[in-house]
Order: sequence, then structure tokens, then C-alpha cells
Amino acid sequence: MGGDVDRAEEAVQDAYAVALDRWPRDGVPSTPAAWILTTAKRRAIDRLRREAALRDRQALLARGLEEAVRDLPGEDEEMIPDERLGLVFACCHPALALEAQVPLTLRLVGGLTVQEIARALLLPEATVAQRLVRAKRKVRVSGIPIAEPAPDALPARLDAVLAVLYLIFNEGYSATAGDELVRDDLAAEAIRLARIVHLLLPDEPEPAGLLALMLLQHSRRAARVGAAGELVLLEAQDRSRWDRAAIAQALPLVDRALTQSASAGPYALQAAIAAVHARAERPEDTEWREIALLYGALVRVLPSPVVALNRAVAVAMASGPSVGLALVDELVARGELDDYHLLHAARADLLRRHGRREEAAAAYQRALELATNEPERRFLAARLDECRA
Amino acid sequence: MRYMLLIYGDESGWGNLSEAEQQAQMAKWFSYTEEMQKAGVSTQGDALQSTATATSVRSKNGEPIVTDGPFAETKEQLGGYYLLDVADLDEAIKWANKCPAAPTGTIELRPIQEFPDAP
Repeated sequence: MGGDVDRAEEAVQDAYAVALDRWPRDGVPSTPAAWILTTAKRRAIDRLRREAALRDRQALLARGLEEAVRDLPGEDEEMIPDERLGLVFACCHPALALEAQVPLTLRLVGGLTVQEIARALLLPEATVAQRLVRAKRKVRVSGIPIAEPAPDALPARLDAVLAVLYLIFNEGYSATAGDELVRDDLAAEAIRLARIVHLLLPDEPEPAGLLALMLLQHSRRAARVGAAGELVLLEAQDRSRWDRAAIAQALPLVDRALTQSASAGPYALQAAIAAVHARAERPEDTEWREIALLYGALVRVLPSPVVALNRAVAVAMASGPSVGLALVDELVARGELDDYHLLHAARADLLRRHGRREEAAAAYQRALELATNEPERRFLAARLDECRA
Repeated sequence: MRYMLLIYGDESGWGNLSEAEQQAQMAKWFSYTEEMQKAGVSTQGDALQSTATATSVRSKNGEPIVTDGPFAETKEQLGGYYLLDVADLDEAIKWANKCPAAPTGTIELRPIQEFPDAP
């Protein structure tokens, strides 16, 4: 290979990417190190061949964005990393409506078919097809560049990319309507995309943070839903059903995301919180004080009332329901979360623990009125019955 | 790639400025135009007189139907334009962001339809 250090490094990175993708599916090979080296060598040879092809492709790209956008779907495994990164940023460009960014990213970066996207987003195929046609046309006609943004624009644009990926993940992790609590395939797809972005931008902390967060949340999927499709809260989950491989992948990413910049970003902090849960063997081993501290940091970089609510819950766990309830009541007084079912559910839970059952029942009732996800509704209804019993 | 950079803002704002403020604002516009010309990204631009001076024309049976005012009453009115020639949308956005009207109004970027065989 002519002693080209960069090339060798890239080849090994590629190999790791393939490993991360295949090993969870196919199982870890008996000699992982040898597998990595063999794969790396093979990837390096492939890369040399592709670079020759790339010179031809670059001539093609120069001929117009139209060709680039048209020719890329379905070839994602063979694409050179630089092209792929540019494509990610193009698909998540703010000049595109969010409802166009999501299917476009799934199609051009994820390589999903129109049918798969329609199923994943619970939309008619015709709607997805139309959005894709319009979005591709907008990219082409309005001159959205298929390239990494300039350094001064990168932070905001990267935020946009991560937001799209997290949106896709949340669609799969916790469906907002319908009977299924999780749609594993969509969540897994979001993880795959986040992994791609992380590997393409290894020095950026937030892609690592987001990937870790997704992996940790996804690691609980088998334990989150009970036999009857009911929602199982974190504290009641059978932790032996947590995906330890996913957790093992996530924890080093959390450390990386937290230490890679002077101040930790929102995804890194959320991942750190999820990691505290993941490290607890039993619910009673959870280091709630650490979680409360992390939420304290998170609410400073992500000052949303939802984060403040989660902090209140953590504080309640660390310091008792009275303190937590005081914080929640502050939020209620501010009126921002009135339509958020989890505010009322959290309040109900704290009241219930205080033994204030009538007030708890009223709060569960309110939460039930606002919740749309079936398993969550069943859970709230059950709690409501308990309070009324 | 060519774009129209269309400048929208609340016209009434101008009248509310003191003379000193108006002069300061005009200086910003001149410096913006100059910067774009030096960078070679804009070949043409103009400020438009207010919508009170607009005339709208439709045509029926070959006869003009003329009315006083802009084609639509809007909260923000078209106040000017620049013709841009830049590499891509991101560069156009960069210039739109620098526009003195951007903090208080809206800049619309519209790609120009190119006709390869046009004279």
C-alpha cells in the first residue's frame, strides 16, 4: 500500500464500521483482531480501486448536481466517505422543509426504498414519493450544495443533521400514535445513520454523544414493553433483557463526547444520564445524585421545560418527593407544559408517593386525556385505577 | 448560479427613523452593495420606491386593467432586489444574511430559471 498512513487508518476505520454493523447481527468472529486486519486490507485495496473510479465520478459531479443526486441511491456501501458526508448535509439543509429532510435522508443516506420509508413514517407511499421528488428538485434547482459546510457554518448545520437523525430515532423508539411502542427497524436505521455521521466526523463530540444516546435508549427495547404490549417503566424493567453489547459500544462514546470539548453538549449530557442508568445493576443502585447533577448541566445548555421536568424527577429520586414536587409545581405555575402528558404523569407519580391519592388521580386523569401512545395510555389508566381503589 | 435576492421589510419602519438613523442605514446599504460588487457576486441591484407608488396592471381582451397599489397587501413589502451570481445556495445565504434588511425583514432567494438557448 506504499506506506500511506492516512489510507491505512481509513481502511481500519472502515473495517471497524463494518464490524459495528455486522457483528451485532452475525456474531463476533473468534479472532476479532485478525478479522479487523483482514477486512482493513481488503477495504484498502477496494479503496484504491474506487479512487480511480472516483476521478471519473468527480468529472460527473462537476457536470451538475442533478447527476449527483440522481445517481447515488442504492450505492451507499460503495460511496466514498466525503461524498456521503456532503450528502448528509445536503439532505438536512434548512432550505428543505423538515418533512422533506427526513424521507430524503432515509432515501439518499440510508438507502431505504420508498415503501420502507412510507411504512416507517406511517405515510402513504404516494406522499413519500411526492416529497422525495419535490425535495430532490429543490436541491437541484435551488443549488443546495452536496458538501460539508464551511467551518463557521458547521455547528448550526451539524445541529440540524443531528436533529433529523434523533427525530427518526424517536419515531422508532416511541411512536406518537398507534399500538406499537417501538419500531425497532426505524430506531436501528437511525443508529446506523448516526454511526455514519460519527465516523465521518470523528472529532466532533455531539455526533458521538447522539450515537451513544441512541444506543443506550435502544439497549432497553426488549425490556420496555411487557408481554401484553404494555409500557414497562425503567424502574420495573428486567435489566437482564438490556442489550449489553449496545451498552458496551455506547459507554466509551459517552466518555469521548464528554471530554472532546471544553463544555459538554446536550447529546453528550443526555447520553451521560442514560449511561448512569445503564451502569446500575438494579434500580436501587441508580446514582440519582449524579443524574440530578447532569440534568442541572443539561438545563443550562438545553433550557427547555421538558428538561426542567426531568431534572425535577431526578431531584425527587435523589432528595425525596417533596423537593421534586416543589420543582414540578414551579413548572406547572409557569404554564408551559400544560399540554404535555408527562408533566401531569410525573406530578401524579410524586403526589401518589406522597400518599395524596385524590390529587394523584386527578393528575393521572389529565395525563390520560393528553397521552396518544396506546401502551402509555394503558399504563396511566392502570395507575389511575390504583389511585381510585 | 444566479439568484434574485428579494428584500422584504415593513416600509413604515423607514419613516420612524431619525435623519441620523436613516443616514447610518443608507451607509450600511452602500457598503453592502460595494462589498458584493468587489466580491464579484452582484452585477445589479436597486431600491424600490414604496408600495404607495406602485401600480398594478392586468390585461383583459387586450385592454389594460390598472389599479393603484401593489399586487397584494402584505405585512412586509418588496423594497428592493439584487441579482446574485454565486457558486451555490450556501453562498447566496451568506450574502442574504449580511443584507442590512435581514435583521428586521425577510430576504427571499429565488434561483433564476436559465434558458440555455435564450438570446
